[in-house]
Amino acid sequence: MPILSLNIRAALLSVVMLVVGLLIWEAAIPGQKAVAELTEYEILTGAGSAKAGVPPPSAVIAKAWEQLSNPFYDAGPNDKGIGIQIGYSIYRVLTGYFLAALVAIPFGFLIGMSQVAYKAFNPFIQVLRPISPLAWMPLALFIIGDSEASAIFVIFICSIWPMLINTAFGVAGVREDWVNVARTHELGPIKTAFTVILPAAAPTIVTGMRISIGIAWLVIVAAEMLVGGTGIGYYVWNEWNNLDLTSVVFSILMIGVVGMLLDSAFGLLQRRVTYVE
Amino acid sequence: MKPYLSIEKLTQRFPDGAGSDLTVFENASFGVEKGEFVVILGHSGCGKSTIMNILAGLADPTSGVVVMDGKEVKGPSLDRGVVFQNYSLLPWLTTLKNVTFGVKARYPDWSKAKVEEHATKFLAMVGLEGDVIHRKPSQLSGGMRQRVSIARAFANHPKLLLLDEPFGALDALTRGTIQDELLKIWGQMEQTVFMITHDIDEAILLADRILLMTNGPQARVAESVEITIPRPRKRTEIVEHPNYYAIRNHLVQFLGKRSKELAGQLTNDGETNRPEYVRIDKTEAPDDPEDKQPALRAVNS
Repeated sequence: MPILSLNIRAALLSVVMLVVGLLIWEAAIPGQKAVAELTEYEILTGAGSAKAGVPPPSAVIAKAWEQLSNPFYDAGPNDKGIGIQIGYSIYRVLTGYFLAALVAIPFGFLIGMSQVAYKAFNPFIQVLRPISPLAWMPLALFIIGDSEASAIFVIFICSIWPMLINTAFGVAGVREDWVNVARTHELGPIKTAFTVILPAAAPTIVTGMRISIGIAWLVIVAAEMLVGGTGIGYYVWNEWNNLDLTSVVFSILMIGVVGMLLDSAFGLLQRRVTYVE
Repeated sequence: MKPYLSIEKLTQRFPDGAGSDLTVFENASFGVEKGEFVVILGHSGCGKSTIMNILAGLADPTSGVVVMDGKEVKGPSLDRGVVFQNYSLLPWLTTLKNVTFGVKARYPDWSKAKVEEHATKFLAMVGLEGDVIHRKPSQLSGGMRQRVSIARAFANHPKLLLLDEPFGALDALTRGTIQDELLKIWGQMEQTVFMITHDIDEAILLADRILLMTNGPQARVAESVEITIPRPRKRTEIVEHPNYYAIRNHLVQFLGKRSKELAGQLTNDGETNRPEYVRIDKTEAPDDPEDKQPALRAVNS
């Protein structure tokens, strides 16, 4: 009997685990009693109305089908499709993230090129880096005033550090030999930066970018719970207030899927810039 | 008349970590003529690589000057090509792109097609042709990588080519073939070459002249030994030449014994500290005292 390839075996195992997991989950949720079976007393005390509870997977799948078949509907401030909510979150994440990249990568480059700058900036970076990005929120709200811009600022501040540190580290660690190759070929500083140092440090820089986008996606959910209005984080909190746990579970899954897609986009980029010495 | 490349009283000191300075070499002086292949031999720690870095312009000496073609050497330049021991190819570029990288820097106004044609020609000169030139360095063997590095250096037509132990990391058989490639390309180009090596046989095969350094600290270039074996040389034939073992013995004696004894002394020519010229030639009449004398002295001492 031919043995299936490793990937196929792994995929089969994944499917089996998923099915078994869903079945256990389904079986573990007690069904609600039909109204007809209740005593009059029970009906009078309100047991007939639907009870909030953790939904079975079948309910979540039905919800997903309903939501994903019309993801962009907009029926007022508290009732928007999941596509619109995720769109807002991605827009905030990408705006804050690219602003951060615009600052962190050139700045990291400069710090990485100069040992003095590296050492001089290091204490500030080390103090600012461990601050939870949400701790900036009150200050951002007060100074910026606008909640939308504050959310973007929080994304900016949380994604700047991994990119800054990795860029500086990557640039500082470029092999002396390669810099010497540039020097013996009389390349100017700008040309050296782009043709030698940038490609040499690119794998480290992209790793930093990948860490940053992951953190940004983690933070946006919490930030949107605070600022409200729109976004997937707001959606989760809003459905919790509605006690619609099916929507909560569904949106949790969506957060995971979008996070995975963002990460794999950077994974692709990382594979392109990686080289073997 | 000054030689094409003139190294004058070069001294290098580094702080030794205990407050004072360590003198790696002191008043090292020598010259290299245009088109000459000069090899420098010496023990580890005598500062060969430092001299190489100074010639390349990657390091500055504590004192002394290097003059090439009438101009003082300051900083790195395309006029001085370098082949490093660890190849120093850029791993994210293909073989061909590694060479065009240098050609583009040297001839910025050439068209893309011309640059590629030039690079391909030089890769072919070191035996790299076809599919291989589109591979990344990581997909090449050590020997092939060093060929790429040599092609990159020759393709730029530098006035001086510096080879820093180019075959040090290769196995003996590969080293042999690449030495042949190097001799072949050098024969076509009339390139001035300055090379560091640890390998005596390699030095005799390749060099017009071998410079011998005393041990460090305070090393200096003590002798300049002419290789009196006619070119073109083949490794299988030169060992039969009457001068081969005479020269080889002289070099072995120097490195084994005299490099230690001479450490820290000045040459007889105290003013310029030029190395003592040694010519060993068994094919000439034995009663020629001028040529015979240094050879005898060298062997007996």
